[in-house]
Amino acid sequence: MTHSTDAAAPSLDALRDHLDAHPDPAAREWCRQALAEAADHPGGHGPITAWELRLAEAGRRCGSRHADAARVLILHAAHAGTAALTRVYRQGTAAERRAVLLALPHLVSGPDALPLVEDALRTNDTRLIAAAVGPYAARHLDAHSWRHAVLKCLFTGVPVDAVAGLAQRAHADAELARMLTDFAAERTAADRPVPSGLYRVLALAGPETRKES
Amino acid sequence: MRLFDPHIHMTSRTTDDYQAMRAAGIRALVEPSFWLGQPRTSPASFLDYFDSLLGWEPFRAAQHGIAHHCTLALNPKEANDPRCAAVLDELPRYLVKDQVVAVGEIGYDSMTPAEDKALAAQLQLATDHGLPALVHTPHRDKLAGLRRTLDAVRESALPMDRVLVDHLNETTVEEAKDSGCWLGFSVYPDTKMDERRMVEILRAYGPEKVLVNSAADWGRSDPLKTRAVADLMLAEGFTEDDVDRVLWRNPVAFYGLSGRLDLDVAPPDATHEGNSLARGGE
Ligand SMILES: [Zn+2]
Repeated sequence: MTHSTDAAAPSLDALRDHLDAHPDPAAREWCRQALAEAADHPGGHGPITAWELRLAEAGRRCGSRHADAARVLILHAAHAGTAALTRVYRQGTAAERRAVLLALPHLVSGPDALPLVEDALRTNDTRLIAAAVGPYAARHLDAHSWRHAVLKCLFTGVPVDAVAGLAQRAHADAELARMLTDFAAERTAADRPVPSGLYRVLALAGPETRKES
Repeated sequence: MRLFDPHIHMTSRTTDDYQAMRAAGIRALVEPSFWLGQPRTSPASFLDYFDSLLGWEPFRAAQHGIAHHCTLALNPKEANDPRCAAVLDELPRYLVKDQVVAVGEIGYDSMTPAEDKALAAQLQLATDHGLPALVHTPHRDKLAGLRRTLDAVRESALPMDRVLVDHLNETTVEEAKDSGCWLGFSVYPDTKMDERRMVEILRAYGPEKVLVNSAADWGRSDPLKTRAVADLMLAEGFTEDDVDRVLWRNPVAFYGLSGRLDLDVAPPDATHEGNSLARGGE
Protein backbone atom coordinates (compact mmCIF):
# COMPACT_ATOMS: atom_id res chain seq x y z
CA MET A 1 0.00 0.00 0.00
CA THR A 2 2.79 2.41 0.88
CA HIS A 3 4.06 2.49 -2.68
CA SER A 4 0.67 2.60 -4.28
CA THR A 5 0.30 5.06 -7.14
CA ASP A 6 -3.36 5.42 -6.23
CA ALA A 7 -4.45 9.07 -6.39
CA ALA A 8 -5.94 8.53 -2.94
CA ALA A 9 -2.57 7.64 -1.45
CA PRO A 10 0.62 9.16 -2.84
CA SER A 11 3.71 7.22 -1.78
CA LEU A 12 6.39 8.83 0.38
CA ASP A 13 8.69 8.77 -2.65
CA ALA A 14 6.13 10.64 -4.70
CA LEU A 15 5.89 13.25 -1.93
CA ARG A 16 9.69 13.59 -1.82
CA ASP A 17 9.80 14.06 -5.60
CA HIS A 18 7.10 16.70 -5.32
CA LEU A 19 9.10 18.62 -2.69
CA ASP A 20 12.37 18.24 -4.60
CA ALA A 21 10.67 19.86 -7.57
CA HIS A 22 9.81 22.99 -5.55
CA PRO A 23 10.81 25.95 -7.72
CA ASP A 24 12.11 28.02 -4.78
CA PRO A 25 15.58 26.99 -3.51
CA ALA A 26 14.92 28.59 -0.10
CA ALA A 27 11.78 26.46 0.34
CA ARG A 28 13.68 23.31 -0.71
CA GLU A 29 16.40 24.10 1.81
CA TRP A 30 13.84 24.76 4.54
CA CYS A 31 12.23 21.37 3.86
CA ARG A 32 15.60 19.62 3.91
CA GLN A 33 16.46 21.14 7.28
CA ALA A 34 13.02 20.52 8.74
CA LEU A 35 13.17 16.83 7.79
CA ALA A 36 16.71 16.42 9.12
CA GLU A 37 15.72 18.12 12.38
CA ALA A 38 12.64 15.92 12.80
CA ALA A 39 14.72 12.80 12.20
CA ASP A 40 17.47 13.89 14.63
CA HIS A 41 15.22 15.19 17.40
CA PRO A 42 11.90 13.33 17.28
CA GLY A 43 11.36 13.88 21.01
CA GLY A 44 11.79 17.21 22.72
CA HIS A 45 11.73 19.18 25.87
CA GLY A 46 9.42 22.04 26.63
CA PRO A 47 5.78 22.34 25.72
CA ILE A 48 6.21 21.84 21.97
CA THR A 49 8.79 19.88 19.97
CA ALA A 50 10.78 21.60 17.24
CA TRP A 51 9.23 19.47 14.51
CA GLU A 52 5.75 20.46 15.64
CA LEU A 53 6.71 24.10 15.10
CA ARG A 54 7.99 23.22 11.63
CA LEU A 55 4.72 21.42 10.99
CA ALA A 56 2.75 24.54 11.96
CA GLU A 57 4.78 26.86 9.71
CA ALA A 58 5.11 24.55 6.69
CA GLY A 59 2.47 26.49 4.74
CA ARG A 60 4.26 29.84 4.88
CA ARG A 61 7.69 28.25 4.37
CA CYS A 62 6.95 26.15 1.31
CA GLY A 63 3.62 27.43 0.03
CA SER A 64 0.17 25.88 0.14
CA ARG A 65 0.80 23.64 -2.86
CA HIS A 66 3.69 21.85 -1.18
CA ALA A 67 2.57 22.01 2.44
CA ASP A 68 0.76 18.64 2.51
CA ALA A 69 3.87 16.85 1.25
CA ALA A 70 6.20 18.68 3.63
CA ARG A 71 3.99 18.00 6.63
CA VAL A 72 3.49 14.29 5.90
CA LEU A 73 7.25 13.85 5.46
CA ILE A 74 7.99 15.74 8.70
CA LEU A 75 5.58 13.49 10.59
CA HIS A 76 7.23 10.47 9.00
CA ALA A 77 10.76 11.69 9.74
CA ALA A 78 9.80 12.23 13.38
CA HIS A 79 8.31 8.70 13.58
CA ALA A 80 5.18 10.22 15.07
CA GLY A 81 3.12 7.52 16.77
CA THR A 82 -0.56 7.52 17.63
CA ALA A 83 -0.08 9.70 20.73
CA ALA A 84 1.90 12.38 18.89
CA LEU A 85 -0.40 12.26 15.87
CA THR A 86 -3.42 12.64 18.12
CA ARG A 87 -1.87 15.65 19.87
CA VAL A 88 -0.93 17.29 16.57
CA TYR A 89 -4.38 16.64 15.14
CA ARG A 90 -6.20 18.03 18.18
CA GLN A 91 -4.00 21.13 18.33
CA GLY A 92 -3.76 21.59 14.58
CA THR A 93 -5.26 23.83 11.95
CA ALA A 94 -7.34 22.17 9.25
CA ALA A 95 -4.17 21.92 7.12
CA GLU A 96 -2.25 20.17 9.91
CA ARG A 97 -5.16 17.82 10.60
CA ARG A 98 -5.26 16.96 6.94
CA ALA A 99 -1.54 16.11 7.00
CA VAL A 100 -2.02 13.82 10.00
CA LEU A 101 -4.79 11.95 8.17
CA LEU A 102 -2.62 11.60 5.06
CA ALA A 103 0.27 10.31 7.17
CA LEU A 104 -1.71 7.61 9.02
CA PRO A 105 -1.17 4.76 6.53
CA HIS A 106 2.57 5.41 6.66
CA LEU A 107 2.85 5.59 10.43
CA VAL A 108 0.23 3.55 12.24
CA SER A 109 -0.23 -0.15 11.59
CA GLY A 110 -3.12 -0.96 13.95
CA PRO A 111 -6.57 0.60 14.32
CA ASP A 112 -5.75 2.80 17.33
CA ALA A 113 -5.73 6.07 15.33
CA LEU A 114 -9.27 5.46 14.07
CA PRO A 115 -10.76 8.16 16.37
CA LEU A 116 -8.95 10.76 14.23
CA VAL A 117 -10.51 9.40 11.05
CA GLU A 118 -13.91 9.33 12.72
CA ASP A 119 -13.46 12.92 13.89
CA ALA A 120 -12.63 14.06 10.36
CA LEU A 121 -15.60 12.19 8.93
CA ARG A 122 -17.91 14.05 11.33
CA THR A 123 -16.83 17.40 9.86
CA ASN A 124 -18.19 18.96 6.69
CA ASP A 125 -14.76 20.15 5.61
CA THR A 126 -14.19 18.39 2.29
CA ARG A 127 -10.38 18.74 2.61
CA LEU A 128 -10.54 16.67 5.80
CA ILE A 129 -13.09 14.18 4.52
CA ALA A 130 -11.02 13.51 1.38
CA ALA A 131 -7.91 12.89 3.49
CA ALA A 132 -9.82 10.68 5.94
CA VAL A 133 -10.91 8.10 3.35
CA GLY A 134 -7.38 7.05 2.40
CA PRO A 135 -5.73 3.62 2.80
CA TYR A 136 -5.85 3.78 6.60
CA ALA A 137 -9.64 4.00 6.54
CA ALA A 138 -9.79 1.29 3.87
CA ARG A 139 -7.82 -0.99 6.15
CA HIS A 140 -9.50 -0.31 9.48
CA LEU A 141 -12.96 1.28 9.26
CA ASP A 142 -15.76 -1.15 10.06
CA ALA A 143 -18.35 -1.83 7.37
CA HIS A 144 -20.99 0.53 8.75
CA SER A 145 -18.62 3.50 9.14
CA TRP A 146 -16.97 2.84 5.79
CA ARG A 147 -20.32 2.85 3.95
CA HIS A 148 -21.26 6.11 5.64
CA ALA A 149 -17.90 7.57 4.68
CA VAL A 150 -18.55 6.76 1.01
CA LEU A 151 -22.03 8.23 1.25
CA LYS A 152 -20.64 11.36 2.91
CA CYS A 153 -18.18 11.80 0.05
CA LEU A 154 -21.04 11.67 -2.44
CA PHE A 155 -23.09 13.98 -0.24
CA THR A 156 -20.42 16.66 0.17
CA GLY A 157 -18.98 16.49 -3.34
CA VAL A 158 -15.69 14.76 -2.51
CA PRO A 159 -14.78 12.80 -5.67
CA VAL A 160 -14.99 9.05 -5.03
CA ASP A 161 -11.47 8.77 -6.48
CA ALA A 162 -10.37 9.96 -3.05
CA VAL A 163 -11.68 6.73 -1.48
CA ALA A 164 -8.82 4.24 -1.19
CA GLY A 165 -9.54 0.57 -1.83
CA LEU A 166 -12.93 1.46 -3.26
CA ALA A 167 -13.27 -1.51 -5.62
CA GLN A 168 -12.20 -4.09 -3.05
CA ARG A 169 -14.29 -2.78 -0.17
CA ALA A 170 -17.39 -2.00 -2.21
CA HIS A 171 -17.35 -5.35 -3.97
CA ALA A 172 -20.71 -7.13 -3.68
CA ASP A 173 -21.73 -4.98 -0.69
CA ALA A 174 -25.52 -5.28 -0.87
CA GLU A 175 -26.07 -2.85 2.02
CA LEU A 176 -23.94 -0.19 0.35
CA ALA A 177 -25.84 -0.77 -2.89
CA ARG A 178 -29.13 -0.26 -1.04
CA MET A 179 -27.90 2.97 0.56
CA LEU A 180 -26.73 4.31 -2.80
CA THR A 181 -29.97 3.38 -4.52
CA ASP A 182 -32.00 5.08 -1.78
CA PHE A 183 -29.81 8.17 -1.97
CA ALA A 184 -30.20 8.33 -5.75
CA ALA A 185 -33.99 7.99 -5.38
CA GLU A 186 -34.07 10.80 -2.83
CA ARG A 187 -32.07 13.09 -5.10
CA THR A 188 -34.23 12.23 -8.11
CA ALA A 189 -37.41 12.87 -6.13
CA ALA A 190 -36.06 16.29 -5.18
CA ASP A 191 -35.25 17.06 -8.82
CA ARG A 192 -31.60 17.30 -7.95
CA PRO A 193 -28.74 15.72 -9.87
CA VAL A 194 -27.34 12.42 -8.67
CA PRO A 195 -23.56 12.78 -8.05
CA SER A 196 -21.67 11.31 -10.98
CA GLY A 197 -19.60 9.00 -8.80
CA LEU A 198 -22.65 7.29 -7.35
CA TYR A 199 -23.34 4.94 -10.26
CA ARG A 200 -19.68 4.02 -10.41
CA VAL A 201 -19.74 2.86 -6.79
CA LEU A 202 -23.12 1.21 -7.31
CA ALA A 203 -21.70 -0.81 -10.20
CA LEU A 204 -18.95 -2.03 -7.88
CA ALA A 205 -21.29 -2.78 -4.99
CA GLY A 206 -24.32 -4.21 -6.71
CA PRO A 207 -24.99 -7.61 -8.22
CA GLU A 208 -24.38 -8.13 -11.94
CA THR A 209 -27.23 -5.89 -13.16
CA ARG A 210 -26.61 -2.14 -12.99
CA LYS A 211 -29.39 -0.03 -11.63
CA GLU A 212 -29.26 3.10 -13.70
CA SER A 213 -32.50 4.97 -13.85
CA MET B 1 -11.90 46.33 -8.24
CA ARG B 2 -10.18 44.13 -5.64
CA LEU B 3 -11.07 44.72 -2.02
CA PHE B 4 -9.66 43.49 1.30
CA ASP B 5 -11.75 43.76 4.47
CA PRO B 6 -9.10 43.88 7.20
CA HIS B 7 -11.55 43.47 10.12
CA ILE B 8 -14.75 41.43 9.86
CA HIS B 9 -16.28 38.72 12.07
CA MET B 10 -17.48 36.17 9.54
CA THR B 11 -18.38 33.62 12.23
CA SER B 12 -21.40 35.85 12.85
CA ARG B 13 -22.33 36.18 9.17
CA THR B 14 -24.26 34.05 6.72
CA THR B 15 -23.37 32.39 3.44
CA ASP B 16 -25.40 35.09 1.67
CA ASP B 17 -22.92 37.62 3.03
CA TYR B 18 -19.98 35.67 1.62
CA GLN B 19 -21.70 35.56 -1.75
CA ALA B 20 -22.50 39.28 -1.73
CA MET B 21 -18.96 40.13 -0.60
CA ARG B 22 -17.41 38.13 -3.41
CA ALA B 23 -19.76 39.77 -5.92
CA ALA B 24 -18.79 43.20 -4.54
CA GLY B 25 -15.09 42.51 -5.19
CA ILE B 26 -13.90 41.35 -1.77
CA ARG B 27 -11.11 38.82 -2.33
CA ALA B 28 -9.50 38.71 1.10
CA LEU B 29 -10.41 39.36 4.71
CA VAL B 30 -9.02 39.16 8.21
CA GLU B 31 -11.22 37.90 11.02
CA PRO B 32 -10.05 39.07 14.46
CA SER B 33 -11.07 36.98 17.45
CA PHE B 34 -13.46 38.91 19.66
CA TRP B 35 -16.28 38.81 22.18
CA LEU B 36 -19.20 36.67 21.03
CA GLY B 37 -21.95 38.73 22.69
CA GLN B 38 -22.56 35.91 25.16
CA PRO B 39 -19.72 35.88 27.70
CA ARG B 40 -17.48 32.80 27.70
CA THR B 41 -16.91 31.01 30.96
CA SER B 42 -13.73 29.00 30.32
CA PRO B 43 -10.57 28.90 28.21
CA ALA B 44 -11.89 25.79 26.42
CA SER B 45 -14.57 27.92 24.82
CA PHE B 46 -11.84 30.17 23.37
CA LEU B 47 -9.91 27.19 22.03
CA ASP B 48 -12.88 25.85 20.07
CA TYR B 49 -13.37 29.36 18.68
CA PHE B 50 -9.71 29.68 17.69
CA ASP B 51 -9.89 26.23 16.05
CA SER B 52 -12.89 27.36 14.07
CA LEU B 53 -11.00 30.49 12.88
CA LEU B 54 -8.22 28.15 11.69
CA GLY B 55 -10.47 25.44 10.28
CA TRP B 56 -14.10 25.77 9.35
CA GLU B 57 -14.25 29.53 8.68
CA PRO B 58 -11.36 29.59 6.13
CA PHE B 59 -13.02 26.61 4.45
CA ARG B 60 -16.28 28.54 4.19
CA ALA B 61 -14.48 31.60 2.83
CA ALA B 62 -12.50 29.57 0.28
CA GLN B 63 -15.74 28.21 -1.16
CA HIS B 64 -16.55 31.77 -2.17
CA GLY B 65 -13.07 32.50 -3.49
CA ILE B 66 -12.13 34.68 -0.50
CA ALA B 67 -8.79 34.32 1.31
CA HIS B 68 -9.34 34.09 5.07
CA HIS B 69 -6.77 34.94 7.73
CA CYS B 70 -7.28 35.64 11.40
CA THR B 71 -5.86 37.46 14.39
CA LEU B 72 -6.00 35.70 17.76
CA ALA B 73 -6.07 37.12 21.29
CA LEU B 74 -7.87 37.36 24.57
CA ASN B 75 -10.22 40.29 23.95
CA PRO B 76 -10.20 43.21 26.42
CA LYS B 77 -13.72 42.68 27.71
CA GLU B 78 -13.11 39.06 28.73
CA ALA B 79 -9.63 39.86 30.03
CA ASN B 80 -11.57 41.10 33.07
CA ASP B 81 -13.04 37.66 33.81
CA PRO B 82 -10.59 35.57 35.84
CA ARG B 83 -12.22 32.40 34.49
CA CYS B 84 -10.99 33.30 30.98
CA ALA B 85 -7.57 34.81 31.65
CA ALA B 86 -5.86 31.38 31.47
CA VAL B 87 -6.30 31.44 27.70
CA LEU B 88 -3.20 33.66 27.64
CA ASP B 89 -1.15 30.54 28.44
CA GLU B 90 -2.62 28.72 25.41
CA LEU B 91 -2.05 31.54 22.95
CA PRO B 92 1.62 30.81 22.14
CA ARG B 93 0.85 27.47 20.53
CA TYR B 94 -1.80 29.16 18.37
CA LEU B 95 0.30 32.15 17.35
CA VAL B 96 2.67 29.90 15.36
CA LYS B 97 -0.08 28.83 12.95
CA ASP B 98 0.10 29.73 9.26
CA GLN B 99 -3.10 31.76 8.94
CA VAL B 100 -2.51 33.91 12.03
CA VAL B 101 -1.40 37.31 10.72
CA ALA B 102 -1.53 39.39 13.92
CA VAL B 103 -2.28 39.35 17.63
CA GLY B 104 -5.71 40.92 18.13
CA GLU B 105 -8.11 42.38 18.86
CA ILE B 106 -6.41 43.60 21.96
CA GLY B 107 -6.73 46.99 23.66
CA TYR B 108 -8.98 48.57 26.23
CA ASP B 109 -12.64 48.22 27.02
CA SER B 110 -13.12 49.77 30.48
CA MET B 111 -9.43 50.54 31.11
CA THR B 112 -9.00 48.27 34.14
CA PRO B 113 -5.77 46.89 35.65
CA ALA B 114 -6.69 43.45 34.26
CA GLU B 115 -6.88 44.99 30.77
CA ASP B 116 -3.50 46.70 31.30
CA LYS B 117 -2.00 43.34 32.12
CA ALA B 118 -3.55 41.45 29.20
CA LEU B 119 -2.60 44.20 26.74
CA ALA B 120 1.04 44.30 27.86
CA ALA B 121 1.31 40.50 27.85
CA GLN B 122 -0.14 40.24 24.35
CA LEU B 123 2.00 43.04 22.89
CA GLN B 124 4.94 40.98 24.15
CA LEU B 125 3.50 37.82 22.55
CA ALA B 126 3.25 39.67 19.25
CA THR B 127 6.91 40.68 19.52
CA ASP B 128 7.96 37.12 20.41
CA HIS B 129 6.12 35.63 17.42
CA GLY B 130 7.13 38.18 14.80
CA LEU B 131 3.53 39.31 14.47
CA PRO B 132 2.01 42.78 14.21
CA ALA B 133 -0.87 43.70 16.54
CA LEU B 134 -4.43 44.82 15.93
CA VAL B 135 -5.35 47.13 18.79
CA HIS B 136 -8.84 48.51 19.02
CA THR B 137 -9.75 51.73 20.75
CA PRO B 138 -12.57 51.70 23.30
CA HIS B 139 -16.09 52.73 22.36
CA ARG B 140 -16.48 54.84 25.49
CA ASP B 141 -14.02 57.58 26.55
CA LYS B 142 -12.29 57.21 23.19
CA LEU B 143 -9.60 59.91 23.23
CA ALA B 144 -8.40 59.03 26.74
CA GLY B 145 -8.52 55.40 25.63
CA LEU B 146 -6.40 56.13 22.57
CA ARG B 147 -3.76 57.93 24.63
CA ARG B 148 -3.54 55.10 27.13
CA THR B 149 -3.38 52.60 24.24
CA LEU B 150 -0.50 54.43 22.55
CA ASP B 151 1.32 54.67 25.89
CA ALA B 152 0.98 50.91 26.35
CA VAL B 153 2.45 50.32 22.89
CA ARG B 154 5.34 52.73 23.57
CA GLU B 155 6.11 50.88 26.80
CA SER B 156 6.14 47.56 24.92
CA ALA B 157 8.83 45.99 22.75
CA LEU B 158 6.61 46.16 19.68
CA PRO B 159 7.49 49.04 17.34
CA MET B 160 4.63 51.45 16.65
CA ASP B 161 4.82 50.76 12.91
CA ARG B 162 3.77 47.16 13.58
CA VAL B 163 0.54 48.25 15.27
CA LEU B 164 -2.84 48.89 13.67
CA VAL B 165 -5.01 51.09 15.88
CA ASP B 166 -8.64 50.52 14.95
CA HIS B 167 -12.06 52.17 15.28
CA LEU B 168 -10.54 55.65 14.87
CA ASN B 169 -12.62 58.73 14.09
CA GLU B 170 -12.28 62.52 13.69
CA THR B 171 -11.43 62.98 17.35
CA THR B 172 -8.62 60.43 17.44
CA VAL B 173 -7.12 60.31 13.95
CA GLU B 174 -4.61 63.13 14.40
CA GLU B 175 -2.94 61.82 17.53
CA ALA B 176 -2.93 58.29 16.14
CA LYS B 177 -1.32 59.47 12.89
CA ASP B 178 1.34 61.43 14.76
CA SER B 179 2.31 58.30 16.68
CA GLY B 180 3.34 56.45 13.50
CA CYS B 181 0.91 53.53 13.86
CA TRP B 182 -1.33 52.18 11.10
CA LEU B 183 -4.78 53.77 11.08
CA GLY B 184 -7.94 51.64 11.05
CA PHE B 185 -11.47 52.95 10.47
CA SER B 186 -14.61 50.88 10.97
CA VAL B 187 -17.47 52.00 8.77
CA TYR B 188 -20.84 51.17 10.30
CA PRO B 189 -24.44 51.80 9.23
CA ASP B 190 -25.13 54.24 12.07
CA THR B 191 -22.44 54.44 14.71
CA LYS B 192 -18.65 54.78 14.44
CA MET B 193 -17.84 56.11 10.93
CA ASP B 194 -20.00 56.36 7.84
CA GLU B 195 -18.58 56.41 4.31
CA ARG B 196 -19.03 60.15 3.85
CA ARG B 197 -17.02 60.96 7.00
CA MET B 198 -14.49 58.36 5.92
CA VAL B 199 -13.92 60.07 2.60
CA GLU B 200 -13.53 63.43 4.37
CA ILE B 201 -10.86 61.94 6.62
CA LEU B 202 -9.04 60.51 3.60
CA ARG B 203 -9.14 63.94 2.00
CA ALA B 204 -7.80 65.62 5.12
CA TYR B 205 -5.15 63.09 6.17
CA GLY B 206 -4.31 61.22 2.97
CA PRO B 207 -4.30 57.48 2.28
CA GLU B 208 -0.95 56.63 3.85
CA LYS B 209 -1.23 53.72 6.33
CA VAL B 210 -5.04 54.02 6.30
CA LEU B 211 -7.12 50.81 6.43
CA VAL B 212 -10.91 50.76 6.12
CA ASN B 213 -13.03 47.88 7.43
CA SER B 214 -16.66 46.97 7.99
CA ALA B 215 -16.07 45.38 11.43
CA ALA B 216 -19.29 43.53 10.59
CA ASP B 217 -20.37 41.17 13.37
CA TRP B 218 -23.58 40.11 15.12
CA GLY B 219 -24.62 43.74 15.65
CA ARG B 220 -26.15 46.15 13.17
CA SER B 221 -23.42 46.24 10.58
CA ASP B 222 -22.85 45.81 6.85
CA PRO B 223 -20.22 43.49 5.30
CA LEU B 224 -20.26 45.55 2.08
CA LYS B 225 -19.09 48.82 3.68
CA THR B 226 -15.61 48.48 2.17
CA ARG B 227 -17.22 48.55 -1.26
CA ALA B 228 -19.42 51.50 -0.27
CA VAL B 229 -16.31 53.49 0.71
CA ALA B 230 -14.57 52.55 -2.54
CA ASP B 231 -17.57 53.70 -4.58
CA LEU B 232 -17.83 57.00 -2.73
CA MET B 233 -14.08 57.61 -3.05
CA LEU B 234 -14.37 57.28 -6.82
CA ALA B 235 -17.48 59.47 -6.93
CA GLU B 236 -15.65 62.13 -4.91
CA GLY B 237 -12.68 62.30 -7.25
CA PHE B 238 -10.21 59.82 -5.78
CA THR B 239 -8.42 57.70 -8.37
CA GLU B 240 -8.65 53.94 -8.89
CA ASP B 241 -5.10 53.81 -7.57
CA ASP B 242 -6.12 55.58 -4.34
CA VAL B 243 -8.93 53.05 -3.87
CA ASP B 244 -6.59 50.13 -4.53
CA ARG B 245 -4.09 51.55 -2.07
CA VAL B 246 -6.53 52.00 0.81
CA LEU B 247 -8.66 48.92 0.22
CA TRP B 248 -6.04 46.43 -0.98
CA ARG B 249 -2.37 47.42 -0.80
CA ASN B 250 -2.47 48.93 2.71
CA PRO B 251 -4.06 45.87 4.37
CA VAL B 252 -1.73 43.61 2.37
CA ALA B 253 1.26 45.66 3.57
CA PHE B 254 0.16 45.69 7.21
CA TYR B 255 -0.79 42.03 7.61
CA GLY B 256 2.08 41.12 5.28
CA LEU B 257 4.37 42.19 8.15
CA SER B 258 3.60 38.73 9.57
CA GLY B 259 5.20 37.02 6.56
CA ARG B 260 2.16 34.73 6.54
CA LEU B 261 -0.32 36.33 4.18
CA ASP B 262 -1.28 33.86 1.42
CA LEU B 263 -3.69 35.46 -1.03
CA ASP B 264 -3.62 32.57 -3.48
CA VAL B 265 -6.96 31.06 -2.59
CA ALA B 266 -7.95 27.85 -4.33
CA PRO B 267 -11.49 26.76 -3.61
CA PRO B 268 -11.54 23.18 -2.27
CA ASP B 269 -11.81 20.65 -5.11
CA ALA B 270 -15.22 19.59 -3.99
CA THR B 271 -16.78 22.86 -5.05
CA HIS B 272 -16.06 22.00 -8.66
CA GLU B 273 -18.41 19.05 -8.26
CA GLY B 274 -21.24 21.05 -6.78
CA ASN B 275 -21.63 23.29 -3.80
CA SER B 276 -20.88 21.01 -0.92
CA LEU B 277 -21.43 23.65 1.72
CA ALA B 278 -25.06 24.06 0.85
CA ARG B 279 -25.57 20.31 0.93
CA GLY B 280 -23.13 19.10 3.54
CA GLY B 281 -25.29 19.84 6.54
CA GLU B 282 -28.56 18.53 5.20
ZN1 LIG C 1 -14.10 43.63 15.90
